[in-house]
Amino acid sequence: MSQMAMPDPASAFRQRSRSAVDDSAQRQNFRSAMDYLQAKRRTQFPDEQELVGLRDLGEAIRRYSLANLPRLLEQLEQNLTANGIRVHWAENAEEANAIALAIARRVEARRIVKGKSMVSEEIGFNHAMQAAGIEALESDMGEYIVQLAGETPSHIIMPAIHKTKQAIAALFVEKIPGVEYTEDVDALIQIGRRVLRRKFAEADIGLSGVNFAVAETGTLCLVENEGNGRMCTTVPRVHIAVTGIEKVVEKLEHVPPLFSLLTRSATGQAVTTYLNLISHPRQPGEKDGPEEVHLILIDNGRSQAYADAQLRTTLQCIRCGACMNHCPVYARIGGHAYGTTYPGPIGAIVSPHMLGLAATYPLAFASTLCHACVEVCPVRIPITDLLIRLRNEAQAQPGTVNASLRGSGAARTALVSAIWNAWALIYSRLGLYCLTSWFMSRGRALSPIEQGAWTRSRTPLTPAPRRLRDLLKDRRP
Amino acid sequence: METSCHSPRQYPPKPGNAYLFATCLVDQFAPEAGLDTVRLLEREGIVVHFPPDQTCCGQPAYTSGYPDEARAVARRQLDLFPEPWPVVVPSGSCAAMMRHHYPKLFADDAALLAKARELSQRVFELTEFLVHVAGFKHSDSGQPCTIALHTSCHARREMGSHETSATLLAGLAKVRVEQQARSEECCGFGGTFSIREPDISAAIVSDKVDSLCATGAERVVSADCGCLFNILGRAAKLDQIAGRKTPTLPGEHIASFLWRRTSGKQA
Amino acid sequence: MSARERILERLRAAPSLPEVLPDVAGWFAAHRRNEDLAQRVARLRSGLEGYHAEVHDTTDADWPDLLLRIAATKHLRNLLIGTDTLHGATLEARALDTPQLVPYDRSIESWRDRLFDAIDASLTLARSAIADTGSLILWPDAREPRLMSLVPPVHFVLLDAATIHADFHSAMVAENWQAGLPTNALLISGPSKTADIQQTLAYGAHGPRELIVLLRHGPGDMA
Repeated sequence: MSQMAMPDPASAFRQRSRSAVDDSAQRQNFRSAMDYLQAKRRTQFPDEQELVGLRDLGEAIRRYSLANLPRLLEQLEQNLTANGIRVHWAENAEEANAIALAIARRVEARRIVKGKSMVSEEIGFNHAMQAAGIEALESDMGEYIVQLAGETPSHIIMPAIHKTKQAIAALFVEKIPGVEYTEDVDALIQIGRRVLRRKFAEADIGLSGVNFAVAETGTLCLVENEGNGRMCTTVPRVHIAVTGIEKVVEKLEHVPPLFSLLTRSATGQAVTTYLNLISHPRQPGEKDGPEEVHLILIDNGRSQAYADAQLRTTLQCIRCGACMNHCPVYARIGGHAYGTTYPGPIGAIVSPHMLGLAATYPLAFASTLCHACVEVCPVRIPITDLLIRLRNEAQAQPGTVNASLRGSGAARTALVSAIWNAWALIYSRLGLYCLTSWFMSRGRALSPIEQGAWTRSRTPLTPAPRRLRDLLKDRRP
Repeated sequence: METSCHSPRQYPPKPGNAYLFATCLVDQFAPEAGLDTVRLLEREGIVVHFPPDQTCCGQPAYTSGYPDEARAVARRQLDLFPEPWPVVVPSGSCAAMMRHHYPKLFADDAALLAKARELSQRVFELTEFLVHVAGFKHSDSGQPCTIALHTSCHARREMGSHETSATLLAGLAKVRVEQQARSEECCGFGGTFSIREPDISAAIVSDKVDSLCATGAERVVSADCGCLFNILGRAAKLDQIAGRKTPTLPGEHIASFLWRRTSGKQA
Repeated sequence: MSARERILERLRAAPSLPEVLPDVAGWFAAHRRNEDLAQRVARLRSGLEGYHAEVHDTTDADWPDLLLRIAATKHLRNLLIGTDTLHGATLEARALDTPQLVPYDRSIESWRDRLFDAIDASLTLARSAIADTGSLILWPDAREPRLMSLVPPVHFVLLDAATIHADFHSAMVAENWQAGLPTNALLISGPSKTADIQQTLAYGAHGPRELIVLLRHGPGDMA
């Protein structure tokens, strides 16, 4: 194995999260963004009963869709094809990029303009296109800013959430010719609009993600505020949509509840500016819209999650980001520290299927299991149960029933296993427990002042002079 | 299926007997909170039984990814409460473990699962029990004071007992409960998380201490010792660093605070 | 085996966990407000205005004058209209100097730059609307193409009050969308916007900066 040369993912994560925690300016950015998003979401759900009912419905739709996934994917393919939209299947990132590249080469594309798509981030689309000499330009304002800065999104809904307007103003001056420094947000957005309008007009291909794919009508649904998604899917002569295989729903009427849950949970909006439903390429007589529309259905590890009843719930996700908006860990370290395309609680549960547990197990441990994510998840993904499951898998003895995933057992160490073994021995045998705790209280003066990681930021824990069981014995002789 | 956390719970009438599951933290590190729990319950005319074989609910191993070890420990607790009496737990986190996670932990063993399910139905967090079962009504005999309440995440989101803690404190006439910013946010403890990710944990608890101190409250109370040790340990460390002799943020378990305020024992 | 076959095979090999078809219609029926047209109009208006759209009450006789008055105050030099539409013909019949009427009468490829750079405003008809969320429903077609509601900085929408549905679900059921959707169907709720820079809301991100709804009331349904 060449794993010896790889940096230990746990130390790497710790290093990244430490620098994030120490970056007080960035911490402030995230804190105010989280406060803003939490408050906005709250205003959208004034009626607790309505919220409970809508979440039940959203969960039921997602579970139903997953229960019928293979059938719905075939139905989707059949109806899209009948509508004139070409469907492609990709096992992984490389296959997905190869399919897109083949289309680009056939139509002699030099420029691709992109709407916001986390799946395209997941598969490293931009990099793959650039390596083939094709420009892939982000057009969502946040994504555009992040791309201009040579970074990746730090949030799945608000990609440039980590950046201040000052930083963006400076970035624009540096990277866009003829731009004068301004911190006026309207002016900054108008600069982006001006630059990108030319790009929409010049692009050969528009790339987009998909929020929901409707099997019964063969329809791709895109949710957005800016209009860049509509530009990408209307102006260039070819539109390529990329999506994970889990995004399919059976019926058109499944869209309204999920759309409502998505926008209200994500950004606290009752509705976004646009819901864009695409069912055909340009029809005879129509004057705009792409002549070719393609959908690339991507697995990339999703079928591993699908194979397990518990892990399958991961695929219920509609990518609203509410879990990260409410996560105390995400609020402290931000998106980049996770080191994966999808950060936060959803990133911790979905990334192991895409990248393997060996590379991603630290994320499963990067949670206090506070349940804030579970409380807000619009489709009731049992995120904390899944985190615990991944912790089990990560430390499972390879070859046992507990080890069922790619990379299971990667975090197992003899020392930690021995500690928990001993712990179980002590706490399941009263004699041992009493002996240990008796020694702890009698020897409390000897309690170490240095208790490792605990005392780096806290005073040491000291056992009481007498245990409760001793005090109770005295009370009732 | 898991026990539903959001459907309202049906409460039994006040019993003559109840079990105390004190938790390992209370037994070893905060026995006074355990004694005060017993006093609170006895005052309601309930005979309190402390099965001496109890150790730990198993949560540390369960949340750390060692289910077999968690099961070994939890299994021992399953046999300790043979009578159909309520089991009162002075911790929202440990109560949630027994109430919501025992059935998951023993899902693969029909006999143990039945036992776990039966037990989980009679597990109550202390403040939940005092309000909904014991009908706690005692008047405040203490001096006027201001406090802040920190509710553990499991108490809040799995047991719903943030409301009962608040109800009990609101019943104390001379106690003013200050609301800290982001009161619903985690304190950063998370069991072994605090040791595994010390930098993130420290960042979260520092913010929690800041928001508690910003209220100007004289002390913090909580129904969970894990959070309490985390918050108080951080506050004390900050005092130590600054060379302060009197604690900026003292605190105690809600059982002790309630007993002190309502028993006529001044402090 | 192709990627398609391998993926489907893996999905089929996974445990079968049946779920019942959710009763979406039942949920919406239970949560639908019992509202008359005036109440739906009021809710649509408050939604749209909340998203920074302008809403003007008008009638079939008055809307052209209203539009022209607004166009004059905004100094619009031209107005993109569709082809073969009743409302387009109504405006064309006026033989206007300003705004100059520009019909979208050829494919985008032959005038892309002009559309992007030289058109100030557009007028399209809404198919219907949704009171619940303050959304307009547009089904662009050959007569009123997709980019009309996206590229010009000012977008006028003519909406008949009688077409306002209570919610998204009742709109798609009443209009039988399930039977087949057009190339593109749209919900539009306000002018385009973004909060991507420090959560500060800015309008006119990539699409229209202004959305102006001419709410056309029939005889007797004036709110």
